Amino acid sequence: MSTSRVAEFDVVLTRYLDIDGAPLGPLPAFAADAADLVPLYRALIRTRTFDAKAVALQRTGRLGTFASSLGQEAVGVGAASAMAADDVLVPSFRDQAAQLWRGVTPVELLLYWGGDERGSDFAGPRGDFPISVPVASHVPHAAGVALALKLRNEARAVLCIIGDGATSKGDFYEALNIAGAWQLPLVVLVNNNQWAISVRREAQSAAQTLAQKAIAAGVPGEQVDGNDVITVHDTVANAIARARAGEGTSLIEALTYRLSDHTTADDARRYRGDAEVSLHWHGEPVARLRQYLVGQGAWSRDDEEHALADAADEMERATEAYLAMAPQPVSAMFDHLFATLPVSLRSERDEAMGGEAGHA
Amino acid sequence: MRDATLVEAINAALARAMQEDERVLVLGEDVGKDGGVFRATDGLLARFGPARVFDTPVAEAAIAGMSVGLAAQGFCPVAEIQFMGFAYAAIDQLLNHAARLRTRTRGRLSCPMVLRTPCGAGVHAPEHHSESGEACFTNIPGLRVVVPSSPRRGYGLLLAAIRDSDPVVFLEPTRLYRAVREPVADDGTSLPLDRCITLREGGDVTLVGWGGVVPEMLAAAERLAAEGTQADVIDVATLVPLDAETILASVAGTGRCVICHEAPLTGGFGAEIAARLAGPGLFSLLAPVERVTGWDTIVPLSRLERHYLPGVERILAAARRSLRHG
Repeated sequence: MSTSRVAEFDVVLTRYLDIDGAPLGPLPAFAADAADLVPLYRALIRTRTFDAKAVALQRTGRLGTFASSLGQEAVGVGAASAMAADDVLVPSFRDQAAQLWRGVTPVELLLYWGGDERGSDFAGPRGDFPISVPVASHVPHAAGVALALKLRNEARAVLCIIGDGATSKGDFYEALNIAGAWQLPLVVLVNNNQWAISVRREAQSAAQTLAQKAIAAGVPGEQVDGNDVITVHDTVANAIARARAGEGTSLIEALTYRLSDHTTADDARRYRGDAEVSLHWHGEPVARLRQYLVGQGAWSRDDEEHALADAADEMERATEAYLAMAPQPVSAMFDHLFATLPVSLRSERDEAMGGEAGHA
Repeated sequence: MRDATLVEAINAALARAMQEDERVLVLGEDVGKDGGVFRATDGLLARFGPARVFDTPVAEAAIAGMSVGLAAQGFCPVAEIQFMGFAYAAIDQLLNHAARLRTRTRGRLSCPMVLRTPCGAGVHAPEHHSESGEACFTNIPGLRVVVPSSPRRGYGLLLAAIRDSDPVVFLEPTRLYRAVREPVADDGTSLPLDRCITLREGGDVTLVGWGGVVPEMLAAAERLAAEGTQADVIDVATLVPLDAETILASVAGTGRCVICHEAPLTGGFGAEIAARLAGPGLFSLLAPVERVTGWDTIVPLSRLERHYLPGVERILAAARRSLRHG
């Protein structure tokens, strides 16, 4: 018999700020001047304010089921801020942080969650995908977009965000595997918020990390502290740079925690204790960056009050605009089904429209 | 103009589409150097190169899902699933994504992709290689479902499917791939995707079906003619969107209809046609609607295969039953 070690792997975890916002060493170049981090901080606040507003609207019957990103804001803000405008985001249903940074408006997000498809016809990043509600089935789309960019020899990259639960699905692995084999310009970012609705991370997979699932696909995989926006931004930026340079696909597992229910239709107290949640409030991303900025003299109590007021004001105005929008005409169900409505559907359309022919 | 089999006509349509539009890509398992297990993509890699023809890993969900991503970026992917039994792994992508991308983005993104797969029994293939699963696709809004039944129709319908702005499932009857040769003009002319194709006009009884049973319907019509009964024979060709008008118009003349398909009876797409006849076509009918289909069983392995496939004798018997009424 002969045995030899034919492959070796390791998985690293990177973190720049500790859970109290103290730097653990020199920060990456983009973060050298704390003032440059203020836009990221404002985006964290903006996302959290949006989420709170959306939950409030749902609770008062003015929005449908909604998935808050409470506690995970740094994942989306850190990643989206590392993208170029012409990169492509392929998000899942909890990625409003990334979408808001990319230019999708609060009004559009509210429209979508309020039951109106026009919310996914956003004016902003026109090439970005709408959110995927099915878990992991959008990773192949991201690989397809990445193949398109590669075929056109464009120095652009695709960022696909999924949850920890999505890494249990075949679509995730199929897409990552092809992306690795074909060196596609793709970054798959896992928002590991520790819970797939009611199933905790440890019960989802025996894998010690989710990042190591990259190893089976032959692509680099690493962990980052997902509550440290500096780390998320830096790691995603490096992965995107590799993708643009033709160096292929990466998997990044961002460790964070879902401080909210899964959605407004969920009651997390059925399956996890308040003590666990309270524990994770220590180290959450907004307070963490704020502590750092305050410590650097880059942020004041005054700044905080103004930023919160600005965000609240923006969401209030967005709510008014959303609530003021008239529903689409009934015919809209038919009018976007195909490029041209087949003759066979004309009579259904007429019947569905009933008395509102005026909207035709 | 050259004589071609169905699979050669498919190949010619693929080559034509790739030649006329550089956005057209071909991807799937073994579609490259191997030319596809049925040779439908033979020669495409050599002619158009590895930036247009992709051998994928064995990953049907990813083949369909990546096609969605490519299509959203303006390419026109033509994905091949090796056999119908493996296409079910791609249904999630078709149903949840390809068919609804235009709707859910209000036209901001669209999905001009074609998913081709062989379908049906009759070639003594292994298990999971003989299914007729068209009804799994016909109840998916936003998707077109097309089944050619001759080389010329294969050529014209596939060209139309590739040129269409929305997703099309294109089901190629395996047993017709090399059943006949006929002249096919490789001139880029497509066939409409919203029309049944009337193959024979008779006026006494309507035989309507698609795919592998179409030659059986034509043979039955010949036999009926020898008995003095003239049949209308309609190849549905495009199941969705359904051209019910052509079928209803035929039955308005004949008063009798035999619906034929290889898929199982219950919930088969023939039931949709029967329902149309029971609705707007009811007062045309002189006899109960007949359905000649595969049994409501699992497609058997090859030794019993011929007992599963609806053939000429069953079609004839149904037509004769129909003719006894009125």
